[in-house]
Amino acid sequence: MLNLFLKIFKTPKNIISVNTAEREQTEIIAVGEKIQKKIKHLFNGSLAIRQIDAGSDNACEQELVALSNSFYDIERFGIHFVASPRHADMLLITGPVTRNMAKAVKIAYEATPNPKIIVAVGDDAINSGIFKNSYAVLDGVNSIIPVNYQIPGDPPTPKIILFSLLNILETLGACHSKTIIC
Amino acid sequence: MLEIITSQISFLILLSLFFIGAIGSLFFKKNDALSNAWSNFFAITGSLLGLIFSIFLIIKEKTLSFTFNQYSFSFFTPSFNIDMLSAFFIFIISLITLFCSIYGSSYIKHFYKKYSIGALGFFYNLFIIGMLLVVSASNGLFFLIAWEIMSIASYFLVVYDRNDKNNIKAGFLYLVMTYVGTAFIILSFLLLYKYTKSFDFAVIKSGIALIPLSVKNAIFIFSLIGFGTKAGIIPFHIWLPVAHPSAPSHVSALMSGVMIKTGIYMIIRLSLDMLQPIPLWWGLTILIIGSVSTLLGVLHALTEHDIKKLLACHSIENIGIILLGIGSSMIFYSLNMPSLALLGLIAALFHTLNHAIFKSLLFLSAGSVINEMHTRNMEKYGGLIKYMPQTAIFFLIGSMAISALPPFNGFFSEWLTFQTLFQGIMQFDPSLQWIFIIAAGSLTFTGGLALACFVKAFGSIFLARPRSANITHVKESSLSMRISMGVLALLSILFGIFSGYTTILLEKIGKNFTIFQNTPSFISTNYYKNLSIGSNFASVSTPALFILLIFAIFLVIFTFRYIINKNQKIKINDTWNCGTQLTPRMEITATGFARSIILIFKGILKPSIQHEIEYHDAESRYLPKSRTITLSVGNMYHSYFYQPLHTIINGLSLRIKNIQSGNINTYISYIFIALIIALFTVL
Amino acid sequence: MSILIWIIQLIFVPVVSPLCVGIIRKIKAKLQNRQGANILQPYKDLWKLLHKDEIISKDASWIFQYAPFIIFAVTIVVGASIPLFSSFLNNTLTSDILVIIYMLSIGTFFLALAGMDTGGGFGGFGSSREMTISALAEGGLIFSLLTVAIASNTTNLFTISNANIFTSGQSFLPIILAFSGFFIVLLAETARFPFDNPATHLELTMVHEAMILEYSGKKLALMEWASSNKLLIFIALGSNLFFPLGIAQSANINAIIFGIFAFIIKIFIFCLVIALLESSMAKFRFFRLPDLLIVSFILNIMAICLIH
Repeated sequence: MLNLFLKIFKTPKNIISVNTAEREQTEIIAVGEKIQKKIKHLFNGSLAIRQIDAGSDNACEQELVALSNSFYDIERFGIHFVASPRHADMLLITGPVTRNMAKAVKIAYEATPNPKIIVAVGDDAINSGIFKNSYAVLDGVNSIIPVNYQIPGDPPTPKIILFSLLNILETLGACHSKTIIC
Repeated sequence: MLEIITSQISFLILLSLFFIGAIGSLFFKKNDALSNAWSNFFAITGSLLGLIFSIFLIIKEKTLSFTFNQYSFSFFTPSFNIDMLSAFFIFIISLITLFCSIYGSSYIKHFYKKYSIGALGFFYNLFIIGMLLVVSASNGLFFLIAWEIMSIASYFLVVYDRNDKNNIKAGFLYLVMTYVGTAFIILSFLLLYKYTKSFDFAVIKSGIALIPLSVKNAIFIFSLIGFGTKAGIIPFHIWLPVAHPSAPSHVSALMSGVMIKTGIYMIIRLSLDMLQPIPLWWGLTILIIGSVSTLLGVLHALTEHDIKKLLACHSIENIGIILLGIGSSMIFYSLNMPSLALLGLIAALFHTLNHAIFKSLLFLSAGSVINEMHTRNMEKYGGLIKYMPQTAIFFLIGSMAISALPPFNGFFSEWLTFQTLFQGIMQFDPSLQWIFIIAAGSLTFTGGLALACFVKAFGSIFLARPRSANITHVKESSLSMRISMGVLALLSILFGIFSGYTTILLEKIGKNFTIFQNTPSFISTNYYKNLSIGSNFASVSTPALFILLIFAIFLVIFTFRYIINKNQKIKINDTWNCGTQLTPRMEITATGFARSIILIFKGILKPSIQHEIEYHDAESRYLPKSRTITLSVGNMYHSYFYQPLHTIINGLSLRIKNIQSGNINTYISYIFIALIIALFTVL
Repeated sequence: MSILIWIIQLIFVPVVSPLCVGIIRKIKAKLQNRQGANILQPYKDLWKLLHKDEIISKDASWIFQYAPFIIFAVTIVVGASIPLFSSFLNNTLTSDILVIIYMLSIGTFFLALAGMDTGGGFGGFGSSREMTISALAEGGLIFSLLTVAIASNTTNLFTISNANIFTSGQSFLPIILAFSGFFIVLLAETARFPFDNPATHLELTMVHEAMILEYSGKKLALMEWASSNKLLIFIALGSNLFFPLGIAQSANINAIIFGIFAFIIKIFIFCLVIALLESSMAKFRFFRLPDLLIVSFILNIMAICLIH
């Protein structure tokens, strides 16, 4: 037991630091209607994300799981993952929406209270990527629910996802807080 | 004026009002509505008179005693002795009868054209007369006659709904258990007669020194079994969960709220009034029986999904709590601590009153629900809060009161019982301390388990979506039913707020006992109606709790609804169920709710799970069509107590049967032997 | 002057309780070699939730809509009745042991009903598990507080912490035993390891979180806030009844400031211990939890027997 705690202090700090220049290189694609001004200050210091797997091949999920480890540590920016769409501000949808998951994604969208942001992560979610024209999938998340932002990549690396999320927050006016490095 | 109200004329008028109600109801039995109105009208006026009579008797601290010597012959004299304890019980009887009769006037309407309403009115009023006579009788034989009237009238009420075979069986079990109890009571009265040469309670009390200790112990055991069977202590309680559900709901409320308290009345009367001085082990026995009853009663209640059976099992638990108060009172008095003994008695009496109020409230609301849904099974309810909103609120208040949540009345009587037990833990050295620790431990677990049980009950009945299709014709209960439930709920809150006043009155009642005549008081109330125990050992302010809680709730609602973010929009949508289809079968069932606790206590409850699967294709048995899982609990009283008793008695009677051999030569030899023995003893 | 003290006493628990949750999360993050969110993050979460819209299920009744208010109000009333930084305040109205335990039970009652109200599968079994744990934990809770009550001959909380039995020397062992019993119940009632994982996403492992899955917006904020209030209430009871060192015993301004500092240090120690415990053990299987609660009950009984 003691060895466990001593090991904590001996492990070097390896967290990825976020500086503005690198972050601004990552582009985000905004689609759909613009988010209103009203919520520009709302997600200032805290964002709750609910992740929905709409039939994906788990590549994006693995990258999303990596966001919570000690390298990327998304929690230091006030962003955390929640279990229920009722608690969520942002829905992060991965995977081409298969026919079986279409209704479930719609129900989850309606179960999320306003104001909310919908982000499609990965090429599959944007335009069904490598599964395009299959009989089992619909044409990306935008065909079911209105998407606000897209993060391209197959799958996007955790660094890109992290920087994209921070850019989204900055677009929403989060530059006033100390947690997001501007 | 006051003199007339508290005189014997008034008590006789009280009895005769109920009597006229009984006879008249039978007389008009051809006309359902008339006999219903007649019997309930006289019951209501009788109970109002009873309320006034008992309240004035208690306030004036008067004892009423009178006998009718002209009607007496040999040992039987109709003599009454209504002291403050009897007046208190008359108060409880009248209070609950008032509300049950108001409720009954519309509830009985669904028995019209099915059974005889005249008979119902007759037995109902006779039942109440029986109870009133039981708590005021002062002669042993007269008491037994009143006891019989009460038991037989309630038997006919239990089997009233005779189309259901289970009710007949329940009535039979009730009759057998009552008669076993009555046999023990008769035995103890006969023993008392043998040594004091009289059946009169006052004569027995003054001549108690004539009884040797071993006989006194036997009297105690017999009367505990006898009155305990009526009160419903473990293990003589098996009739309670079957008989109380079978009766009509307003009668169930009376039986569960008041009739079982007559057993408590006689236990108090015998052990704290008539048979004093008593040895220490009597109090210890009652304390142990109380602890066992509370815990096993509430565990049994958790396994039930018949709503009235659940409420009847909670009666067993609350009788256990009352016995905790009585038992600790007896122990303290035997060890020369009369102030603490008075505290225990006050706690027991207060809990008697509170239990009568909230148990009848719960039974009446359960009756309304059963009336609309036509089934007693909780698994078929659900979603009733939208169809019967006021009944739901009354049931919620009853649940909060029985789970001892402040600021309702159940909390304060449990608080007093706890304080009695805490005093026991503090004052005694470890040889006696352990029994109080066990009692306090069982009381704490009971509180938590009762809360769990009522979350299950309220949640399964009223919340979530309806589980059966015949919900559409459910409507709110009628006005008189709602009035009776509403006033009972209001009384529950009021007795909670004014616990200080009630405790002072109960202390006066306690000090009326001969043994407590000059004891210094351990409870005090001050300017803010603070109720304090000892010299600053514990204190609680009953009105302040209520005011603070209500104020805090309103403050929070006002701040968060109307000040912060008042432009918030609220949308109505479906329940989140992980994106799957939402059916009523997604909700938790009553059995499922209690499953965890049942499995934790599986040593006591002995659950067994049966799993039946029906397949689409019976031969290949691959795709199931439906599954039924039944969780049942073993009946341990039956297997460990009644079944061995049954085997022994059967075996004994089989052996004795051999005397009746049917051979006439054997019979002639019996006569010969008996003649020789008689000649020898005479000569 | 005393009005000021009472105002601080009233608002202390709601204002400081999100900080406790923040401290626990930060220490856990540091132990996982991460940087973790800011200590003041729970305040930002609450602020954001208070300004969001709500979605309410159509199966819900008034119990679902009013339960958060009732639960929060109960925690405020209890928070004002317990000794936080001063033990000289005189509250004979509501500061009794049994009164605060049963008032917290009101909160549990309405929380469980709200979980069952919407008819979702998760809320139902969350309520069932919560009521099972709460029913068994109540024995340990009452008896651990009873031990200190018997040792100081009163059940009024302020008087117990004023009596300062910890330093009087003769009841050292009973206090340690009763405190270990109390600590187990603290973990049970505030939904910490090994009873419940407050950060889990798997509904089958949830106990407390399952009942609030349907809440959103302001009501969710109130539920989370009430839950952290409850954590602070239990920490306050544990630190001020069993180890009342540094608590203000007179109305002196220096004593009060010292009392507030001492209380914040005690909160920090408790949060550190809870975070260390959460980082080094796994959540127990549900049917092993009654064993733990009965252990707590027995520790308290031993403590009572050892007092004389």
